[in-house]
Amino acid sequence: MLVPILKQGDYLIASIQSELSDADLLKLRDDLVSRVGEFHSRGVIVDVTVLDVMDSFATRTLRAMAHMIMLRGAETVIVGIQPEVAFSMVQLGLKLEGVETALDLEEGLTLLDHRTKGDNKRAR
Amino acid sequence: MPDELCIPVSSEIDIVTARQKGRELAARLGFSNTELTLIATAISEVTRNIVEYARRGELCLSIVQQGNKRGISVIASDRGPGIPNIKLAMQDGYSTGHSLGLGLPGAKRLMDEFEIVSEVGKGTKVTMKKWVQNNVR
Amino acid sequence: MKREKINQSTPESEAALRQELVEHFREKRELLRQQWVQQMNAKGLLAGLTQEEIENESITIYDTCIVCLETGEYEGAQTYARRMAERGVLRGMTTEQIIGGILTLRNVYGRSLFEWYQQDMERLSAALDIYEPVADKIISVVALAFVEEREKVVRQQQEAIRELSTPVLQVRDQLLILPIIGVIDTHRARQITEQLLRTIRTRRAKVVVMDITGVPAVDSKIAGHLVQTVDASKLMGATVIVTGISPEIAQTLVTLGVDIAKMNTVGDLQGGIEVANEFLGYKVVRTEPETSLNHQEKKVQ
Repeated sequence: MLVPILKQGDYLIASIQSELSDADLLKLRDDLVSRVGEFHSRGVIVDVTVLDVMDSFATRTLRAMAHMIMLRGAETVIVGIQPEVAFSMVQLGLKLEGVETALDLEEGLTLLDHRTKGDNKRAR
Repeated sequence: MPDELCIPVSSEIDIVTARQKGRELAARLGFSNTELTLIATAISEVTRNIVEYARRGELCLSIVQQGNKRGISVIASDRGPGIPNIKLAMQDGYSTGHSLGLGLPGAKRLMDEFEIVSEVGKGTKVTMKKWVQNNVR
Repeated sequence: MKREKINQSTPESEAALRQELVEHFREKRELLRQQWVQQMNAKGLLAGLTQEEIENESITIYDTCIVCLETGEYEGAQTYARRMAERGVLRGMTTEQIIGGILTLRNVYGRSLFEWYQQDMERLSAALDIYEPVADKIISVVALAFVEEREKVVRQQQEAIRELSTPVLQVRDQLLILPIIGVIDTHRARQITEQLLRTIRTRRAKVVVMDITGVPAVDSKIAGHLVQTVDASKLMGATVIVTGISPEIAQTLVTLGVDIAKMNTVGDLQGGIEVANEFLGYKVVRTEPETSLNHQEKKVQ
Protein backbone atom coordinates (compact mmCIF):
# COMPACT_ATOMS: atom_id res chain seq x y z
CA MET A 1 0.00 0.00 0.00
CA LEU A 2 1.58 3.23 -1.16
CA VAL A 3 1.22 6.39 0.86
CA PRO A 4 0.44 9.41 -1.31
CA ILE A 5 2.68 12.38 -0.63
CA LEU A 6 1.23 15.80 -1.39
CA LYS A 7 3.28 18.91 -1.87
CA GLN A 8 1.60 21.97 -0.50
CA GLY A 9 3.68 25.09 -0.62
CA ASP A 10 6.68 24.62 1.62
CA TYR A 11 5.28 21.47 3.14
CA LEU A 12 4.93 17.82 2.29
CA ILE A 13 1.87 16.00 3.53
CA ALA A 14 1.78 12.22 3.71
CA SER A 15 -1.57 10.83 4.74
CA ILE A 16 -1.54 7.15 5.47
CA GLN A 17 -4.62 5.51 3.95
CA SER A 18 -4.59 2.03 5.46
CA GLU A 19 -2.63 -0.24 7.76
CA LEU A 20 0.99 -0.38 6.66
CA SER A 21 3.39 -3.26 6.61
CA ASP A 22 6.94 -2.71 7.82
CA ALA A 23 8.13 -2.46 4.22
CA ASP A 24 5.51 0.19 3.41
CA LEU A 25 6.65 2.23 6.38
CA LEU A 26 10.30 2.01 5.41
CA LYS A 27 9.38 3.07 1.89
CA LEU A 28 7.46 6.05 3.23
CA ARG A 29 10.48 7.03 5.29
CA ASP A 30 12.84 6.83 2.31
CA ASP A 31 10.43 8.69 0.02
CA LEU A 32 9.90 11.55 2.46
CA VAL A 33 13.56 11.92 3.33
CA SER A 34 14.50 12.17 -0.34
CA ARG A 35 11.61 14.44 -1.39
CA VAL A 36 12.29 16.94 1.36
CA GLY A 37 15.48 17.76 -0.50
CA GLU A 38 13.94 17.56 -3.93
CA PHE A 39 11.23 20.11 -3.14
CA HIS A 40 13.22 22.15 -0.61
CA SER A 41 10.40 21.58 1.84
CA ARG A 42 10.47 23.22 5.25
CA GLY A 43 8.01 20.95 6.95
CA VAL A 44 6.56 17.47 6.75
CA ILE A 45 3.26 16.23 8.12
CA VAL A 46 2.54 12.54 8.50
CA ASP A 47 -1.12 11.81 9.16
CA VAL A 48 -1.54 8.53 11.03
CA THR A 49 -5.28 8.89 11.83
CA VAL A 50 -6.16 5.54 10.23
CA LEU A 51 -3.52 3.53 12.07
CA ASP A 52 -5.08 1.53 14.88
CA VAL A 53 -1.78 0.06 16.00
CA MET A 54 1.54 1.84 16.49
CA ASP A 55 3.96 -0.76 17.73
CA SER A 56 7.63 -0.42 18.54
CA PHE A 57 8.65 -0.79 14.91
CA ALA A 58 6.28 1.88 13.61
CA THR A 59 7.28 4.27 16.38
CA ARG A 60 10.97 3.65 15.86
CA THR A 61 10.64 4.15 12.10
CA LEU A 62 8.66 7.37 12.42
CA ARG A 63 11.09 8.75 14.97
CA ALA A 64 14.12 7.87 12.86
CA MET A 65 12.39 9.45 9.88
CA ALA A 66 11.74 12.68 11.77
CA HIS A 67 15.36 12.83 12.84
CA MET A 68 16.60 12.25 9.28
CA ILE A 69 14.28 14.95 7.97
CA MET A 70 15.55 17.29 10.66
CA LEU A 71 19.10 16.62 9.46
CA ARG A 72 17.95 17.65 6.01
CA GLY A 73 16.67 20.94 7.34
CA ALA A 74 12.92 20.41 7.77
CA GLU A 75 10.48 19.90 10.63
CA THR A 76 8.23 16.87 11.04
CA VAL A 77 4.86 16.75 12.73
CA ILE A 78 3.03 13.47 13.32
CA VAL A 79 -0.71 14.11 13.44
CA GLY A 80 -3.81 12.08 14.21
CA ILE A 81 -2.59 9.58 16.82
CA GLN A 82 -5.83 8.09 18.18
CA PRO A 83 -6.57 8.11 21.93
CA GLU A 84 -6.39 4.30 22.16
CA VAL A 85 -3.16 4.23 20.19
CA ALA A 86 -1.57 6.92 22.37
CA PHE A 87 -2.58 4.96 25.46
CA SER A 88 -1.18 1.74 24.09
CA MET A 89 2.08 3.43 23.07
CA VAL A 90 2.79 4.76 26.55
CA GLN A 91 1.87 1.42 28.10
CA LEU A 92 4.37 -0.19 25.80
CA GLY A 93 6.94 2.40 26.85
CA LEU A 94 7.13 4.09 23.47
CA LYS A 95 7.75 7.80 23.05
CA LEU A 96 8.36 10.05 20.11
CA GLU A 97 11.17 12.04 21.68
CA GLY A 98 12.20 15.02 19.60
CA VAL A 99 9.20 14.68 17.31
CA GLU A 100 6.36 17.18 17.22
CA THR A 101 2.83 15.85 17.45
CA ALA A 102 -0.53 17.49 16.82
CA LEU A 103 -4.16 16.51 17.05
CA ASP A 104 -4.92 16.54 13.33
CA LEU A 105 -3.86 17.92 9.97
CA GLU A 106 -5.22 21.39 10.70
CA GLU A 107 -3.37 21.68 14.00
CA GLY A 108 -0.29 20.21 12.37
CA LEU A 109 -0.29 22.91 9.70
CA THR A 110 -0.72 25.64 12.32
CA LEU A 111 2.17 24.20 14.31
CA LEU A 112 4.42 24.07 11.25
CA ASP A 113 3.51 27.66 10.30
CA HIS A 114 4.46 28.70 13.79
CA ARG A 115 7.73 26.88 13.86
CA THR A 116 8.95 27.64 10.35
CA LYS A 117 8.10 31.33 10.76
CA GLY A 118 10.18 31.35 13.91
CA ASP A 119 13.05 29.85 11.93
CA ASN A 120 12.67 32.52 9.27
CA LYS A 121 12.97 35.28 11.81
CA ARG A 122 16.07 33.74 13.27
CA ALA A 123 17.57 33.33 9.84
CA ARG A 124 17.11 36.96 8.94
CA MET B 1 -14.59 -16.57 12.19
CA PRO B 2 -13.99 -19.66 14.34
CA ASP B 3 -13.10 -19.52 18.04
CA GLU B 4 -9.61 -20.69 17.28
CA LEU B 5 -7.22 -20.06 14.42
CA CYS B 6 -3.55 -20.22 13.58
CA ILE B 7 -1.73 -17.92 11.21
CA PRO B 8 1.52 -19.08 9.64
CA VAL B 9 4.13 -16.35 10.04
CA SER B 10 6.93 -16.12 7.52
CA SER B 11 7.19 -12.47 6.52
CA GLU B 12 6.53 -9.03 7.90
CA ILE B 13 3.26 -8.89 5.95
CA ASP B 14 1.88 -11.59 8.24
CA ILE B 15 2.31 -9.23 11.20
CA VAL B 16 -0.51 -7.05 9.89
CA THR B 17 -2.73 -10.09 9.25
CA ALA B 18 -2.05 -11.47 12.72
CA ARG B 19 -3.01 -8.32 14.57
CA GLN B 20 -6.09 -7.77 12.42
CA LYS B 21 -7.33 -11.30 13.11
CA GLY B 22 -6.53 -10.89 16.79
CA ARG B 23 -8.49 -7.68 16.98
CA GLU B 24 -11.46 -9.30 15.21
CA LEU B 25 -11.52 -12.25 17.59
CA ALA B 26 -11.10 -10.04 20.66
CA ALA B 27 -13.87 -7.72 19.48
CA ARG B 28 -16.27 -10.66 19.64
CA LEU B 29 -15.51 -11.05 23.34
CA GLY B 30 -16.58 -7.50 24.08
CA PHE B 31 -13.24 -5.89 24.91
CA SER B 32 -13.23 -2.08 24.97
CA ASN B 33 -11.65 -0.15 22.11
CA THR B 34 -8.59 0.62 24.17
CA GLU B 35 -8.17 -3.02 25.11
CA LEU B 36 -8.53 -4.08 21.47
CA THR B 37 -5.68 -1.74 20.62
CA LEU B 38 -3.55 -3.10 23.46
CA ILE B 39 -4.16 -6.68 22.29
CA ALA B 40 -3.46 -5.87 18.64
CA THR B 41 -0.25 -4.09 19.62
CA ALA B 42 0.93 -6.98 21.80
CA ILE B 43 0.24 -9.42 18.95
CA SER B 44 2.19 -7.16 16.63
CA GLU B 45 5.20 -7.27 18.97
CA VAL B 46 5.31 -11.04 19.49
CA THR B 47 4.70 -11.75 15.80
CA ARG B 48 7.48 -9.38 14.83
CA ASN B 49 9.69 -11.21 17.30
CA ILE B 50 9.16 -14.38 15.24
CA VAL B 51 9.93 -12.62 11.96
CA GLU B 52 13.03 -10.89 13.30
CA TYR B 53 14.65 -13.75 15.17
CA ALA B 54 13.23 -17.01 13.84
CA ARG B 55 12.09 -16.01 10.35
CA ARG B 56 9.13 -18.34 10.47
CA GLY B 57 6.67 -19.63 13.01
CA GLU B 58 3.02 -19.63 13.90
CA LEU B 59 0.61 -17.41 15.75
CA CYS B 60 -2.44 -19.06 17.29
CA LEU B 61 -5.43 -17.16 18.63
CA SER B 62 -8.26 -18.63 20.65
CA ILE B 63 -11.08 -17.77 23.01
CA VAL B 64 -10.44 -19.15 26.48
CA GLN B 65 -12.57 -19.57 29.55
CA GLN B 66 -11.44 -19.91 33.15
CA GLY B 67 -14.15 -20.19 35.75
CA ASN B 68 -16.57 -17.46 34.80
CA LYS B 69 -14.08 -15.22 33.06
CA ARG B 70 -13.53 -15.17 29.34
CA GLY B 71 -10.59 -13.94 27.41
CA ILE B 72 -8.30 -14.24 24.44
CA SER B 73 -5.22 -16.40 24.28
CA VAL B 74 -2.35 -15.61 21.94
CA ILE B 75 0.39 -18.16 21.36
CA ALA B 76 3.39 -17.27 19.26
CA SER B 77 5.69 -20.19 18.58
CA ASP B 78 8.73 -20.75 16.41
CA ARG B 79 11.55 -23.21 15.89
CA GLY B 80 14.14 -20.48 15.70
CA PRO B 81 17.44 -20.07 17.56
CA GLY B 82 15.75 -19.63 20.94
CA ILE B 83 16.63 -17.09 23.61
CA PRO B 84 19.72 -17.91 25.69
CA ASN B 85 18.84 -15.60 28.57
CA ILE B 86 15.13 -15.00 29.00
CA LYS B 87 15.58 -12.82 32.06
CA LEU B 88 17.78 -10.50 30.05
CA ALA B 89 15.41 -10.52 27.07
CA MET B 90 12.55 -9.50 29.32
CA GLN B 91 14.42 -6.44 30.56
CA ASP B 92 13.29 -3.15 29.12
CA GLY B 93 15.75 -1.95 26.56
CA TYR B 94 17.45 -5.26 25.89
CA SER B 95 17.61 -6.39 22.31
CA THR B 96 19.90 -8.56 20.23
CA GLY B 97 18.25 -7.55 16.98
CA HIS B 98 17.81 -3.99 15.91
CA SER B 99 14.64 -3.18 17.78
CA LEU B 100 14.12 -0.93 20.76
CA GLY B 101 14.12 -3.97 22.95
CA LEU B 102 10.65 -3.14 24.16
CA GLY B 103 8.95 -5.88 22.21
CA LEU B 104 8.58 -8.69 24.71
CA PRO B 105 8.53 -6.78 28.02
CA GLY B 106 6.22 -4.27 26.34
CA ALA B 107 3.82 -6.98 25.20
CA LYS B 108 3.85 -8.34 28.75
CA ARG B 109 2.69 -4.98 30.08
CA LEU B 110 -0.15 -4.82 27.59
CA MET B 111 -1.60 -8.23 28.50
CA ASP B 112 -2.85 -9.79 31.74
CA GLU B 113 -0.82 -12.98 31.55
CA PHE B 114 2.46 -13.61 29.82
CA GLU B 115 4.64 -16.68 29.71
CA ILE B 116 7.72 -17.39 27.70
CA VAL B 117 9.45 -20.70 27.21
CA SER B 118 12.56 -20.91 25.11
CA GLU B 119 15.26 -23.41 24.43
CA VAL B 120 18.43 -22.57 22.56
CA GLY B 121 18.44 -24.30 19.19
CA LYS B 122 14.87 -25.48 19.54
CA GLY B 123 12.69 -22.42 19.52
CA THR B 124 10.55 -20.06 21.54
CA LYS B 125 6.95 -20.10 22.65
CA VAL B 126 5.20 -17.03 24.04
CA THR B 127 1.76 -17.47 25.59
CA MET B 128 -0.27 -14.36 26.45
CA LYS B 129 -3.79 -13.90 27.73
CA LYS B 130 -6.10 -11.01 28.35
CA TRP B 131 -9.39 -11.31 30.23
CA VAL B 132 -12.55 -9.36 29.62
CA GLN B 133 -12.59 -6.80 32.45
CA ASN B 134 -16.19 -7.09 33.65
CA ASN B 135 -15.77 -10.69 34.65
CA VAL B 136 -12.43 -10.28 36.36
CA ARG B 137 -13.42 -7.68 38.90
CA MET C 1 -56.00 -44.98 46.56
CA LYS C 2 -52.63 -43.41 47.10
CA ARG C 3 -52.88 -44.23 50.73
CA GLU C 4 -53.09 -47.90 49.98
CA LYS C 5 -50.06 -47.67 47.84
CA ILE C 6 -48.14 -46.07 50.64
CA ASN C 7 -49.23 -48.63 53.14
CA GLN C 8 -47.75 -51.30 51.01
CA SER C 9 -44.32 -51.69 52.43
CA THR C 10 -42.76 -53.19 49.34
CA PRO C 11 -39.41 -51.51 48.80
CA GLU C 12 -39.32 -49.32 45.75
CA SER C 13 -36.41 -47.81 43.95
CA GLU C 14 -35.51 -44.23 44.72
CA ALA C 15 -36.53 -43.17 41.20
CA ALA C 16 -40.05 -44.41 41.73
CA LEU C 17 -40.35 -42.58 45.04
CA ARG C 18 -38.97 -39.45 43.46
CA GLN C 19 -41.61 -39.72 40.74
CA GLU C 20 -44.24 -40.24 43.40
CA LEU C 21 -43.17 -37.03 45.15
CA VAL C 22 -43.30 -35.16 41.87
CA GLU C 23 -46.79 -36.44 41.17
CA HIS C 24 -47.89 -35.58 44.67
CA PHE C 25 -46.70 -31.99 44.40
CA ARG C 26 -48.26 -31.66 40.96
CA GLU C 27 -51.59 -33.01 42.17
CA LYS C 28 -51.66 -30.69 45.17
CA ARG C 29 -50.29 -27.78 43.21
CA GLU C 30 -53.20 -25.38 43.67
CA LEU C 31 -53.67 -26.13 47.34
CA LEU C 32 -50.00 -25.93 48.27
CA ARG C 33 -49.37 -22.87 46.16
CA GLN C 34 -52.26 -21.05 47.83
CA GLN C 35 -50.91 -22.02 51.26
CA TRP C 36 -47.51 -20.72 50.26
CA VAL C 37 -48.87 -17.37 49.04
CA GLN C 38 -50.97 -17.00 52.19
CA GLN C 39 -47.99 -17.64 54.44
CA MET C 40 -45.83 -15.20 52.54
CA ASN C 41 -48.58 -12.63 52.77
CA ALA C 42 -48.85 -13.15 56.50
CA LYS C 43 -45.12 -12.55 56.86
CA GLY C 44 -45.36 -9.41 54.71
CA LEU C 45 -43.01 -10.86 52.12
CA LEU C 46 -45.13 -9.86 49.15
CA ALA C 47 -45.12 -6.12 49.73
CA GLY C 48 -44.94 -4.14 46.53
CA LEU C 49 -46.15 -6.91 44.24
CA THR C 50 -49.40 -6.85 42.27
CA GLN C 51 -51.92 -9.68 42.52
CA GLU C 52 -51.15 -10.71 38.97
CA GLU C 53 -47.41 -10.81 39.61
CA ILE C 54 -47.94 -12.94 42.70
CA GLU C 55 -50.05 -15.41 40.72
CA ASN C 56 -47.67 -15.69 37.79
CA GLU C 57 -44.47 -15.77 39.79
CA SER C 58 -45.72 -18.25 42.36
CA ILE C 59 -46.89 -20.66 39.64
CA THR C 60 -43.58 -20.44 37.81
CA ILE C 61 -41.48 -20.85 40.95
CA TYR C 62 -43.61 -23.74 42.15
CA ASP C 63 -43.31 -25.57 38.82
CA THR C 64 -39.62 -24.78 38.42
CA CYS C 65 -38.89 -26.35 41.81
CA ILE C 66 -40.76 -29.50 40.82
CA VAL C 67 -38.76 -29.73 37.61
CA CYS C 68 -35.59 -29.61 39.73
CA LEU C 69 -36.90 -32.46 41.85
CA GLU C 70 -37.95 -34.48 38.83
CA THR C 71 -34.90 -34.08 36.63
CA GLY C 72 -32.10 -33.19 39.03
CA GLU C 73 -31.24 -30.34 36.64
CA TYR C 74 -31.00 -26.82 38.02
CA GLU C 75 -30.33 -24.84 34.88
CA GLY C 76 -33.93 -23.70 34.56
CA ALA C 77 -33.94 -22.64 38.20
CA GLN C 78 -30.65 -20.79 37.76
CA THR C 79 -31.89 -18.87 34.74
CA TYR C 80 -35.13 -18.02 36.46
CA ALA C 81 -33.40 -17.02 39.70
CA ARG C 82 -31.06 -14.73 37.81
CA ARG C 83 -33.95 -13.07 36.06
CA MET C 84 -35.84 -12.73 39.30
CA ALA C 85 -32.78 -11.29 41.01
CA GLU C 86 -32.28 -8.79 38.24
CA ARG C 87 -35.83 -7.52 38.49
CA GLY C 88 -35.96 -7.84 42.26
CA VAL C 89 -32.83 -5.84 42.90
CA LEU C 90 -33.95 -3.21 40.43
CA ARG C 91 -37.27 -2.86 42.18
CA GLY C 92 -35.68 -2.68 45.58
CA MET C 93 -36.87 -6.05 46.84
CA THR C 94 -35.04 -7.09 49.96
CA THR C 95 -33.00 -10.22 50.38
CA GLU C 96 -35.39 -11.15 53.16
CA GLN C 97 -38.30 -11.10 50.74
CA ILE C 98 -36.65 -13.40 48.27
CA ILE C 99 -34.92 -15.82 50.63
CA GLY C 100 -37.88 -15.69 53.00
CA GLY C 101 -40.20 -16.60 50.14
CA ILE C 102 -38.16 -19.60 49.09
CA LEU C 103 -37.77 -20.78 52.71
CA THR C 104 -41.54 -20.56 53.12
CA LEU C 105 -42.03 -22.69 50.03
CA ARG C 106 -39.59 -25.21 51.43
CA ASN C 107 -41.68 -25.42 54.59
CA VAL C 108 -44.91 -25.81 52.65
CA TYR C 109 -43.50 -28.66 50.60
CA GLY C 110 -41.96 -30.24 53.67
CA ARG C 111 -45.09 -30.05 55.76
CA SER C 112 -47.18 -31.59 53.01
CA LEU C 113 -44.74 -34.49 52.90
CA PHE C 114 -45.10 -34.96 56.67
CA GLU C 115 -48.86 -35.02 56.33
CA TRP C 116 -48.76 -37.33 53.38
CA TYR C 117 -46.43 -39.91 54.82
CA GLN C 118 -47.32 -39.62 58.50
CA GLN C 119 -48.47 -43.21 58.59
CA ASP C 120 -45.20 -44.51 57.32
CA MET C 121 -42.13 -43.07 59.01
CA GLU C 122 -39.79 -45.15 56.91
CA ARG C 123 -41.15 -43.82 53.66
CA LEU C 124 -41.22 -40.32 55.05
CA SER C 125 -37.58 -40.62 55.86
CA ALA C 126 -36.80 -41.94 52.37
CA ALA C 127 -38.87 -39.14 50.84
CA LEU C 128 -37.04 -36.52 52.88
CA ASP C 129 -33.73 -38.01 51.79
CA ILE C 130 -34.73 -37.21 48.24
CA TYR C 131 -36.49 -33.92 48.89
CA GLU C 132 -34.09 -32.15 51.25
CA PRO C 133 -30.96 -32.01 49.07
CA VAL C 134 -33.08 -30.62 46.23
CA ALA C 135 -34.58 -27.96 48.50
CA ASP C 136 -31.13 -27.03 49.81
CA LYS C 137 -29.76 -26.76 46.33
CA ILE C 138 -32.64 -24.54 45.21
CA ILE C 139 -32.07 -22.18 48.11
CA SER C 140 -28.39 -21.93 47.36
CA VAL C 141 -29.15 -21.28 43.69
CA VAL C 142 -31.50 -18.44 44.58
CA ALA C 143 -29.20 -16.96 47.20
CA LEU C 144 -26.24 -17.07 44.83
CA ALA C 145 -28.22 -15.41 42.05
CA PHE C 146 -29.09 -12.59 44.41
CA VAL C 147 -25.60 -12.10 45.73
CA GLU C 148 -24.27 -12.05 42.19
CA GLU C 149 -26.84 -9.51 41.13
CA ARG C 150 -26.01 -7.29 44.10
CA GLU C 151 -22.33 -7.53 43.32
CA LYS C 152 -23.04 -6.61 39.73
CA VAL C 153 -24.98 -3.54 40.82
CA VAL C 154 -22.22 -2.55 43.24
CA ARG C 155 -19.66 -2.93 40.47
CA GLN C 156 -21.68 -0.78 38.11
CA GLN C 157 -22.08 1.87 40.78
CA GLN C 158 -18.38 1.85 41.57
CA GLU C 159 -17.70 2.31 37.90
CA ALA C 160 -20.14 5.20 37.73
CA ILE C 161 -18.64 6.84 40.82
CA ARG C 162 -15.17 6.46 39.37
CA GLU C 163 -16.22 8.17 36.20
CA LEU C 164 -17.96 10.96 38.05
CA SER C 165 -15.06 11.39 40.44
CA THR C 166 -12.72 12.66 37.77
CA PRO C 167 -14.46 15.16 35.56
CA VAL C 168 -12.57 16.60 32.64
CA LEU C 169 -13.65 20.22 32.44
CA GLN C 170 -13.32 22.60 29.57
CA VAL C 171 -12.45 26.09 30.77
CA ARG C 172 -12.07 27.75 27.46
CA ASP C 173 -11.31 26.87 23.88
CA GLN C 174 -8.50 24.29 23.75
CA LEU C 175 -8.02 24.26 27.54
CA LEU C 176 -9.07 21.40 29.80
CA ILE C 177 -8.84 21.07 33.55
CA LEU C 178 -8.47 17.71 35.22
CA PRO C 179 -8.79 17.93 39.00
CA ILE C 180 -7.88 14.60 40.53
CA ILE C 181 -9.21 14.03 44.03
CA GLY C 182 -8.63 11.05 46.25
CA VAL C 183 -6.58 7.93 46.12
CA ILE C 184 -5.44 6.75 42.72
CA ASP C 185 -4.98 3.08 41.98
CA THR C 186 -3.93 1.48 38.72
CA HIS C 187 -7.48 1.00 37.52
CA ARG C 188 -8.47 4.58 38.21
CA ALA C 189 -5.27 5.98 36.74
CA ARG C 190 -5.99 4.06 33.60
CA GLN C 191 -9.53 5.27 33.46
CA ILE C 192 -8.47 8.88 34.01
CA THR C 193 -5.97 8.62 31.17
CA GLU C 194 -8.45 7.05 28.76
CA GLN C 195 -11.09 9.64 29.59
CA LEU C 196 -8.64 12.51 29.23
CA LEU C 197 -7.37 11.27 25.87
CA ARG C 198 -10.88 10.92 24.53
CA THR C 199 -11.78 14.40 25.72
CA ILE C 200 -8.64 15.88 24.18
CA ARG C 201 -9.81 14.47 20.86
CA THR C 202 -13.45 15.56 21.09
CA ARG C 203 -12.71 19.02 22.52
CA ARG C 204 -9.62 19.54 20.40
CA ALA C 205 -7.67 20.56 23.47
CA LYS C 206 -4.10 21.78 23.32
CA VAL C 207 -3.41 22.33 26.99
CA VAL C 208 -4.50 20.33 30.02
CA VAL C 209 -4.04 21.52 33.59
CA MET C 210 -3.90 18.42 35.80
CA ASP C 211 -4.36 19.40 39.41
CA ILE C 212 -3.34 16.82 42.00
CA THR C 213 -3.88 18.93 45.13
CA GLY C 214 -6.46 16.38 46.25
CA VAL C 215 -4.24 13.35 45.85
CA PRO C 216 -2.99 12.26 49.27
CA ALA C 217 -0.07 10.11 48.26
CA VAL C 218 1.80 8.78 45.28
CA ASP C 219 3.93 5.67 45.00
CA SER C 220 6.26 4.74 42.19
CA LYS C 221 3.51 2.93 40.32
CA ILE C 222 1.10 5.87 40.46
CA ALA C 223 3.87 8.32 39.60
CA GLY C 224 4.53 6.16 36.57
CA HIS C 225 0.88 6.36 35.60
CA LEU C 226 0.86 10.15 35.91
CA VAL C 227 3.91 10.37 33.69
CA GLN C 228 2.18 8.08 31.19
CA THR C 229 -0.87 10.36 31.18
CA VAL C 230 1.38 13.31 30.39
CA ASP C 231 3.23 11.40 27.64
CA ALA C 232 0.07 10.05 26.02
CA SER C 233 -1.48 13.54 25.93
CA LYS C 234 1.68 14.80 24.30
CA LEU C 235 1.34 12.16 21.57
CA MET C 236 -2.04 13.67 20.79
CA GLY C 237 -0.56 17.13 20.60
CA ALA C 238 -1.68 18.37 24.02
CA THR C 239 0.62 19.77 26.67
CA VAL C 240 -0.07 18.83 30.29
CA ILE C 241 0.68 21.23 33.12
CA VAL C 242 0.75 19.52 36.51
CA THR C 243 -0.26 21.64 39.48
CA GLY C 244 -0.79 21.15 43.19
CA ILE C 245 2.13 18.85 43.91
CA SER C 246 2.27 18.67 47.70
CA PRO C 247 5.61 18.70 49.57
CA GLU C 248 5.16 14.99 50.31
CA ILE C 249 4.50 14.08 46.69
CA ALA C 250 7.34 16.31 45.52
CA GLN C 251 9.64 14.42 47.86
CA THR C 252 8.34 11.07 46.63
CA LEU C 253 8.78 12.01 43.00
CA VAL C 254 12.35 13.13 43.53
CA THR C 255 13.20 10.11 45.65
CA LEU C 256 11.73 7.80 43.04
CA GLY C 257 13.74 9.48 40.34
CA VAL C 258 10.72 10.29 38.21
CA ASP C 259 11.83 12.18 35.15
CA ILE C 260 10.51 15.59 36.12
CA ALA C 261 12.64 17.54 33.70
CA LYS C 262 10.08 16.90 30.97
CA MET C 263 7.08 17.68 33.14
CA ASN C 264 5.56 21.15 33.12
CA THR C 265 4.75 21.96 36.71
CA VAL C 266 3.24 25.04 38.29
CA GLY C 267 2.59 25.57 41.99
CA ASP C 268 -1.16 25.79 42.11
CA LEU C 269 -4.20 25.53 39.90
CA GLN C 270 -4.50 29.29 39.47
CA GLY C 271 -0.90 29.58 38.33
CA GLY C 272 -1.42 26.61 36.04
CA ILE C 273 -4.36 28.24 34.34
CA GLU C 274 -2.39 31.47 33.93
CA VAL C 275 0.47 29.61 32.28
CA ALA C 276 -2.02 27.73 30.09
CA ASN C 277 -3.62 31.01 29.01
CA GLU C 278 -0.24 32.44 28.10
CA PHE C 279 0.58 29.31 26.17
CA LEU C 280 -2.63 29.58 24.19
CA GLY C 281 -2.10 33.28 23.58
CA TYR C 282 -4.86 34.52 25.85
CA LYS C 283 -4.34 37.60 27.93
CA VAL C 284 -6.56 38.18 30.91
CA VAL C 285 -7.09 41.88 31.35
CA ARG C 286 -8.62 43.32 34.46
CA THR C 287 -11.24 45.99 33.81
CA GLU C 288 -13.14 48.31 36.19
CA PRO C 289 -13.92 46.17 39.21
CA GLU C 290 -17.63 46.26 38.94
CA THR C 291 -19.90 43.48 40.10
CA SER C 292 -23.22 43.00 38.43
CA LEU C 293 -24.89 43.74 41.76
CA ASN C 294 -23.33 47.24 41.94
CA HIS C 295 -24.19 47.72 38.37
CA GLN C 296 -27.85 47.17 39.05
CA GLU C 297 -27.85 49.42 42.08
CA LYS C 298 -26.44 52.18 39.95
CA LYS C 299 -29.15 51.67 37.44
CA VAL C 300 -31.78 51.88 40.14
CA GLN C 301 -30.33 55.14 41.33
